[in-house]
Amino acid sequence: MGSLNSPDYICAPFKFNLGNYIETIEKGADTLVQTGGLCRLRYYGELQSQIIKDLGHDVRFVTLAQGALSKPVNLYQSFKEINPALSLKQIGATLPMVMMMIETMDKVEDYVRKNSGFQNSPGNLEAVREDFLQRLRLTDSKKEVKKLYKKTTENLLDIPLNKPTNPIRVGIIGEYYTIMEPFSNHDIEKELAKKGIVVDRWINLTNTILRKDWKRKKRIRHYTKYSMGATSMFTVDQALRLAKQKYDGIIHVKSFGCTPEMDAMPVLQNISRDYKIPILYFSFDSQTSDTGIQTRLEAFYDMIMMRKGGLL
Amino acid sequence: MKTAYLGIDVGSISTKAVIIDQDNRILAKDYLWTEVNPIGTVKKLLQSLSRQMDRINKSQPPESYQVQSVGTTGSARRLIGSITGASVIKNEITTHAIGTISRHPEVRTIFEIGGQDSKIILIENGIVVDYAMNTLCAAGTGAFLSGLAQRLNEKVEDLGEIALTSDNPTRLAARCSVFAESDMVHKSQIGHSKPDIIAGICQSVVTNYLNNVAKGKRIFPPIIFQGGVSKNIGVARAFTEATGHDIHVDPDSHLTGALGTAILAKSSENRQPFDFQISEADFQTKGVNCEKCANHCEIIRVYRDKELIDAWGNKCDRGQADIFTE
Repeated sequence: MGSLNSPDYICAPFKFNLGNYIETIEKGADTLVQTGGLCRLRYYGELQSQIIKDLGHDVRFVTLAQGALSKPVNLYQSFKEINPALSLKQIGATLPMVMMMIETMDKVEDYVRKNSGFQNSPGNLEAVREDFLQRLRLTDSKKEVKKLYKKTTENLLDIPLNKPTNPIRVGIIGEYYTIMEPFSNHDIEKELAKKGIVVDRWINLTNTILRKDWKRKKRIRHYTKYSMGATSMFTVDQALRLAKQKYDGIIHVKSFGCTPEMDAMPVLQNISRDYKIPILYFSFDSQTSDTGIQTRLEAFYDMIMMRKGGLL
Repeated sequence: MKTAYLGIDVGSISTKAVIIDQDNRILAKDYLWTEVNPIGTVKKLLQSLSRQMDRINKSQPPESYQVQSVGTTGSARRLIGSITGASVIKNEITTHAIGTISRHPEVRTIFEIGGQDSKIILIENGIVVDYAMNTLCAAGTGAFLSGLAQRLNEKVEDLGEIALTSDNPTRLAARCSVFAESDMVHKSQIGHSKPDIIAGICQSVVTNYLNNVAKGKRIFPPIIFQGGVSKNIGVARAFTEATGHDIHVDPDSHLTGALGTAILAKSSENRQPFDFQISEADFQTKGVNCEKCANHCEIIRVYRDKELIDAWGNKCDRGQADIFTE
């Protein structure tokens, strides 16, 4: 539905967003929110609200893009626009809890990602995660979130793992939306885990929004001098970390036509050469075939096995 | 009895099969156009290989060869692997690398251009260290050459020889096959000769390959050029000119994938005597949509003489539950 009403050359996240908007309108939503960001995303709100208007839907469209991230006051104004009854006090009470929820979710996800491939019967870790997410919806204080996290950790650690001492480790880096939305990257993390691989993904809300890292620029200055926007600096920084930590391979994902990530690719090639770490590049559009991805992923896995001396 | 191994490479345009012995020597081989009928083509290939093996077995009594395991590769590897009971079903990047390394252990770079795909594989000390494959576009592959050959009213097999007669290749657009064709028509209308244009086409295949598939990769000799397009001597010459290195084309360069998967089948522990009679059996496939959720995964069921022998295509456990129940 998104692709049908989007310009063909726009990046896939735009299409997914638009499709989701139309679905929510059909289910009765009257206010849509677009966050904006640090690349073309900043302009998406404008374009999407226009397309939705042209389709004949009369809804309120709030774009948080206009300077919202730099000035908290603007952010507050935008929230007010969505819900006039909202008070500063309410935000003050809720925000820390929301932040904690995000951190907790990311921690649980990270553990599942790194260990999913080593369960005796697949799906156990995922079941705990599902249960955790269901319960998280019902929490309404920091204390409850904390308690739930403790219980979840116990449940996760209770699941027996069959992990070799030196498992294959692969890091995933790349563009914000594609990397975090499993449908748009064809469940790449699940596919890797199925092969018994530790999957590392640094990009999540905690690391990119809640925390600031002032040393990043210095760490990567040997490879890149100027910021190329959006997630490109994260990409370079994380590729360098994975290479230094002697990971077996890196997978770079982006939506087709994502300019900041495309700019980061030559830098990644330099890192790949200097540290002799293989990098597989994927570009996803809204209708990429599964087979092609499977072929390349399988070959990547074989290549790592060959390097480790285990294929023939 | 001596053991042998069968490797089948079912590509989009052509299907290749080899039988190798314990020392990776090719005993029997053949090559056919797939013509959008992978099962029928594989049956025909198996008949041909079976005849070749019979001849070898008759001429070298008393010990005869018996195929003990099968490997498949290429885009129809899953389907053909299923009907041949293959013990190895492997992607074409890995099998091409393994096949080439078995013949040329010193290789550093493999250029591969097939019917609809092209790839580059970089090798160090007999180990794959990097690779890339074309995405989203098949300009500059065998399909591109076939299309233009038809337009020129020449056989695609002859293009290479014709190209060699030219010493002034025409410059053609290489990015997109449709634009390359309009460019070709335009150049012919302003007076370029046919051999020059054909040589230009060969060059544009190379330009396209080096700029898209091999983009950003460091190319070291020895270089092996393979896949169907490697049979085109004009493209091979253009590669030599563009890279400044010798380009080696193996006489069996189109069989490398089949050879690689046969070698993998050899190292597989899963063995059972292969019966060439399957080329007589009747195979049917049926695609059905799983109705368990909104994703509607397409499930493929394969029948041998009306009996369901394999099924796949579901993405989740809900579909797996009754994938074999009709």
